Amino acid sequence: MTKIEAIIQTSRFDSVKDALKEAGIEGMTVTEVRGLGRQKGHTEVYRGREYSMDLLPKTKVELVVPDRLVDTAVEAILKSARTGKIGDGKIFLSKIDEVIRIRNEERGENAL
Amino acid sequence: MRPGRAAVVLLVLLALSAGPLWAQAAAPAPASSDVSHLTARLAQLEQQTADARSAGDNAWMLVSAALVLMMTGPGLALFYGGLVRKKNVLATMMQSFALMAVITVVWGIIGYSLCFHTGNSFIGGTGYSFLHGVGPAPNPDYAPTIPQQTFMVYQLMFAIITPGLITGSIAERARFSAIMLFMVLWSLLVYSPMAHMVWGAGGLLNSSGGRFPTLDFAGGTVVHITSGVSALVAALYFGKRVGYPKQPMPPHSVVLSFIGACLLWVGWFGFNAGSALAASGLATSAFVATHFAAASAAIGWAGAEWIRNGKPSVLGAISGAVAGLVAITPASGFVGPMSALIIGLIAGVVCYLMVATVKAKFGYDDSLDAFGVHGAGGTIGAILTGVFATSKVNPVFANGAPVGMLDGNAGQVLNQLVGVAIAWVLAIVGSLVILKIADLVIGVRVSPEEEVEGLDVSQHGEEGYNLEAQ
Repeated sequence: MTKIEAIIQTSRFDSVKDALKEAGIEGMTVTEVRGLGRQKGHTEVYRGREYSMDLLPKTKVELVVPDRLVDTAVEAILKSARTGKIGDGKIFLSKIDEVIRIRNEERGENAL
Repeated sequence: MRPGRAAVVLLVLLALSAGPLWAQAAAPAPASSDVSHLTARLAQLEQQTADARSAGDNAWMLVSAALVLMMTGPGLALFYGGLVRKKNVLATMMQSFALMAVITVVWGIIGYSLCFHTGNSFIGGTGYSFLHGVGPAPNPDYAPTIPQQTFMVYQLMFAIITPGLITGSIAERARFSAIMLFMVLWSLLVYSPMAHMVWGAGGLLNSSGGRFPTLDFAGGTVVHITSGVSALVAALYFGKRVGYPKQPMPPHSVVLSFIGACLLWVGWFGFNAGSALAASGLATSAFVATHFAAASAAIGWAGAEWIRNGKPSVLGAISGAVAGLVAITPASGFVGPMSALIIGLIAGVVCYLMVATVKAKFGYDDSLDAFGVHGAGGTIGAILTGVFATSKVNPVFANGAPVGMLDGNAGQVLNQLVGVAIAWVLAIVGSLVILKIADLVIGVRVSPEEEVEGLDVSQHGEEGYNLEAQ
């Protein structure tokens, strides 16, 4: 099993969600996050004082999938999240040892 | 009602009203009785006219009083509350709200008396303490057509908002208990003498009969200079906030400030037009001048920003409107709409430069620009009142003598400067003394730890936003 963490442009989230659904992946955890990367922030001016806003709002999508679905899922995210501009975000993949469904204690891929 | 029954009622009414006519026709009265009857009837009509006028004036003044209270809560509370960081929103709003309660008590006990009872040139007497003798009868010195109690409660709303304005310069670092002590003393030792000198019967600066007749229709010197200059003194006394100016401290919600500023704009109609103390043509004139100055000042500030930064900000537009309202306050009952446009435009641009460049240059931490807007705007307005005031709008001096400089009375500018100077000196000296007292008795500033934690939690044990609470 693999965990996919994708940090994406907030404006692309709806299309990412739809693309994952089309690829047959249901279930994800979504968080509003703020981050700092190669995309520079912007300046805001309040009563003549400039504030550089370098922490930008992004959306983090987390999902754990069976290994056979990883490529499909990554492909779906890449296609749906890309705008081609700096700031489109990143995808992190990591191995997951175990999954347990709380309701009935199912384990492994059955619990996904 | 059925038509038949309506006809019967009509007939009965006709019969009743015709009664006196028949009586007169039957017994013609002698000539002398005719005259006394007419005199009595005239007196009755005069009384009824006066009552009608009083009813109209009183209705407008009660509404105005309510509008001015709305300027403090929620107007000023929202305007200031949005400009601070999230952790200080409640404490900032509470500083305004608490004044609505505390100053009311002080006003009833002695404040009103010190402002408006006959005293010397500098301060009123104690005759109205505990509102003794302040009832339904008008006080002809101030407002001959409304109950003195209406005048008293209207003036109270001014006494509430004035110290409220000061809280902007020391936001995010003042200890609540100390600030309340400061405000009570300030209300008695700075506000009361200034209000008495300018508006009180026999006051030094009173426009009718004072030694230096200063024109201040609704409180440019009394409200805005005293509060704005005291705000600067307090900001210097308190020192900078922890982390200022390195750490960014942007407003946490310009939306709240926007709502607050719009409420201030509306409330200001009560503040300025209400200062006519009657539902008169002068009230209309002040209303119009107020509105026009706010408009041109919003354009002035946002426009200056547009030129310098490339963008007109929302905060700039609303701050400009407030600056214009401040500047037109002393002038509102003396100038026409076109003069108001000019006063507003000047105030909008100058106040913008005050907060955007002068403050940065000198490095003082006037957190929410109470001095930049009220001190500077109030001073500009008080001086420009001497320039633009005209007898066409308000023949305030005897025999319609020229009023302002453009009217042909250049000396009025000097009188205005005297009023401005006295307000500045009183605010500086008074505030320093009171700050020292409050600091010795309680300590005006919270500890750095409390400041970093935020005043909402450290002063009030609450948070403004518990958005995740279920």
